[in-house]
Formats: sequence, C-alpha cells, structure tokens
Amino acid sequence: MNYLPILIALLKAVIMISVVMGIAAYAVLAERKIAGWIQGRYGPNRTVLPFIGVIPILGNMLTRLGIFQPVADGLKFIFKEDPVPGHVNKFYYFLAPCVAFIPAMTTMVVLPFGEMDGVPLVLANIDIGMLFILAVSSLGVYGIILAGWSANSKYPFLGGIRASAQMISYELAMGLSILPAFLWANAPGSETGLSLFNVVQSQDQLWMVFWQPLSALIFLVALFAETNRLPFDMPEAETELVSGYHTEYGSMKFGLFFVGEYTHIVIGSGVLVVLYFGGWNFLPGIPFPWPAGWAGGLLSTLWFLLKVFSVVFFFMWIRWTLPRFRYDQVMRLGWAILLPLALANLVLNAILIALFENWLV
Amino acid sequence: MAFKQLARKPLNWAERTYLPQIIMGLKITFWNMLKKKVTLEYPDVRPVIPNGYRGIPTLVKDPKGREKCVSCQLCEFVCPPKAIRIQPGEIPEDSENAHVEKAPKEFDIDMLRCIYCGFCQEVCPEEAIFLQKVFSLSGYSREEMVFPKAKLYELGGTYPDQHYKWEKKRSAAEENQANGHG
Repeated sequence: MNYLPILIALLKAVIMISVVMGIAAYAVLAERKIAGWIQGRYGPNRTVLPFIGVIPILGNMLTRLGIFQPVADGLKFIFKEDPVPGHVNKFYYFLAPCVAFIPAMTTMVVLPFGEMDGVPLVLANIDIGMLFILAVSSLGVYGIILAGWSANSKYPFLGGIRASAQMISYELAMGLSILPAFLWANAPGSETGLSLFNVVQSQDQLWMVFWQPLSALIFLVALFAETNRLPFDMPEAETELVSGYHTEYGSMKFGLFFVGEYTHIVIGSGVLVVLYFGGWNFLPGIPFPWPAGWAGGLLSTLWFLLKVFSVVFFFMWIRWTLPRFRYDQVMRLGWAILLPLALANLVLNAILIALFENWLV
Repeated sequence: MAFKQLARKPLNWAERTYLPQIIMGLKITFWNMLKKKVTLEYPDVRPVIPNGYRGIPTLVKDPKGREKCVSCQLCEFVCPPKAIRIQPGEIPEDSENAHVEKAPKEFDIDMLRCIYCGFCQEVCPEEAIFLQKVFSLSGYSREEMVFPKAKLYELGGTYPDQHYKWEKKRSAAEENQANGHG
C-alpha cells in the first residue's frame, strides 16, 4: 500500500492547523493592541523572550509590539490551576470546550486560500464547500449551550440561552444573504454549485461586494452575530452576565473557548473574503498577476491572508467602536430587519437574473 | 413654565439605517488609534510632581549642616494618627550648637501610620520637618517602615533657607553681654 498520499495530506493538514492556530493566537494579541491604541494606551509591550529580547534594535521593537505576548498567554493557560466547581455536571462540563473548539477548527478544511496554476490551494476542494462551512460552524453553538447548561449556574445559563437564540436568528439571514452571490457566480447548468473556489474564480473582474453590496452587508452583520463579536456579544456580555457561558471555566478549558472564538473570527473573515472580496484576486479588473508555479501560489496566498487580516482588523475596530445591543434589539434586528431584507434581496436578484437570461442576452 | 420643550427632529432615511453614524464612529476610533498615547509607563517614566505635594514627612538640616529640630514635640502633639515619636535629648557642651535649646535624641516617624496631612510641617516653629515629593514607599516588615532619625535626615537632606535663626540669636546674646545686659 502506498502511504505517501496519506502522509502528504497529513502534512498539509498539520501546516494548515498550525498556521490558523498561529493566526488565532496573534488575533488575540491584535485585539489587545488595537483596544489599547483606540483607548490611547500602548497595549501589551513588556513580554520578553530570553535571547531574542536582547538583540539591540529588533528585540526591543518586537517587545514593544508585544510579539511574544501570545507565548506568555498560552503558557499561562496551560499552567494555571484548573478548578472544577462542585456544582457542575462533570461530563458535559468537560465536553463543552471540545465541542466549541472542534467545529471552529474543522471549517478550515474547505476554505480555499490560494491558487497555483489554476488549482485551488485547499485541504478538501469539495463542491458543497459553503454548505459544509455553514453546517459545521453552526455546530459551535452546541459547545456554548452545553457550557452554559452544564455549569449549573445562572449567568452561564443565560449566556447559553442567548447564544442559541441569537445563532438561530442570524443563521437564516446569513444563509439567505449568500445565495445571491452563488446565483450570480454560477452560470445556468454549471455543476460546481456551492464550491468556494468557483466563487472566487467568478470574481476575477468584479468583486461581489461591488455587485452585491446589500448581500455583503447582511452577511457581514450576520457574521458578527454568528461569531459572538461585539456589538452582538450577547452570550458573553461581561457587564451583564459576569463572563457569560464560560464564567465557570478556567485555565486551558477557557483557553479552548477563547481560541475557538478567535478561530471562528479568522475563518469567518476568510469566508467573507472568498465570497465578496475576490479571494486571492489582486484587484478588481486585475485578476491574477501572480507568476505560475510555487511563487504564484505563495503570492496569492499572502494576498489572501492580507485581505483576511484586514477583515479581522475590521472586526476588532468595530468592537472598540460600537456599544453592545440590548437583547431585544438583537432579536428585532435579526428577525424584523435582516431576514426580510435578505429575503427581498434574494427575490430581487432572482428576478434580475431571470430578466438577464431571458431578454437581455 | 421655565423650560421650553423642543420637538426632536425625525430621523431621515439614511440616519435610520444607522450606517452613517457607525461610519462616523469608526472614523473617530481610527484617528484615536493614531493619536499620542496617554499612558505614563510608570516605573520607567515618573510623573511630574507639583509643588506643594504632600509626600512623606522628613527632617531637614540647614545649609550649614545643623539639625534644625529642637525637639519641641509640637509635631508629635499635633500628629492626628500619632505617627511621630520623639525622645528629646541634650546637646553636648562642646558642640558648636550648644546654645540651641535641645535636639531630638530619637525621632521616629511610622510611615504606616502617617496620613500625609502635613500638620507637622505647618506646626513646626523651626521649619525642621517638611513633606517631600516621595509618594511610593515599600518595605518587607512593619519595623522597617518606622523611619529613624538618620533615615529621615537622609531622605530630607538640606533645606536651603539661609536665615540662620540660632546664629543670629547667639550673636545678639554675645552683643548684649558685651553691652552689659543679659
């Protein structure tokens, strides 16, 4: 039996996981730095590594930027005492962080991040990529509900309930908002369907955000709600629910929730870039200036990552700009505004496509 | 009625989407990001202490190195938390300052009791005790935080007032003696 393909696939998976975990860790740092900058502070700038920190100019610069802070954060999570409150339901209490973490890490499998000689750079290029992401990422809410319920304490419980209601409400709007993008991306009778690679290919001249700004906006708002980011951080809501669903968690179990949340943000930003911001296409009208071969693959990946980081930055920027919605406002926005708007947008686009196909062409 | 009620203008279409307001907010926070930071990186950068700040009380010497305290014990008496303890002592006969009334044999200020009210400085007739600008004190034990006389002089140093009250008193007394008074 030939083990080489399995080994290569395994290697690719390990690289992808480490890169995404690294980005998630540095997203935490970015959050703290951006919070500091917006509030007139410096953010973390004291963590030093023994040998790198003493390099004359570079070491000082890296320290001031807080580059080593994620290392300290991670070590703290691992070595902290891990108390288990006596009143929790042990089995689900231990299960919840895993259930929250695994879907967040699984969605990256189908996310294309570059292109090399016309072949997508992705772990699994499947035809139903978008469906897979929607299905798996919404499993993440089970972790939150389980955490809230198993903690057997009122604030986590409220957090869990809020999370479930919010996720269900915004999932609808999110699903409806991506349909126009796929309707426009696929020629009639094409077989690629919900493939994410195909969506990027169809945006080589015009990014979907310019053609479908309303869909992009609805998707963005729903994405904020799905990743539990401010102004929709109902499940956490520090000022209302202590720390929300992970109030009773400490140490690495909290760390799993935390990393899972940031992985959600990174992957969500990736999906937004793929669907509406042209993926790894250079600029609108200049689709693919990268050379062929490895260099092209690398450059397109870097360009894609740059876009993803911009969106992640936008996530944080919004967090430190807007206050939190009241809970009933979140529900009203989801059901009474975004859902009808997304539905109307879908119908309008369907009619436009029908007109386009039948009379104008 | 003394007040006038104004009708609130109805929001127009763009305002009701809240998007322009959100963009305005984003603009504000973005420029905030580029502004100068207000953080004072404390142990590395010290704040500028204004004059008249009431830090720890210390004893001072005059520019000629004479200890100004005459152990009148007014500060001990006025001290609200009773942080000051003074043991008066005599000045030896052969000292240059033998004409000064007295000197403290021991002068302890318990910095854990002190409330930095500055009454001691205000009450002192000899201008011998002053509140300094030192605001952060720390130690490993309670005993360590009771500052003895030597430490108080070390922290207080010299106060640059040049009126030399006791020298003038001595020369006046000597003059009187020469004129047949006293």
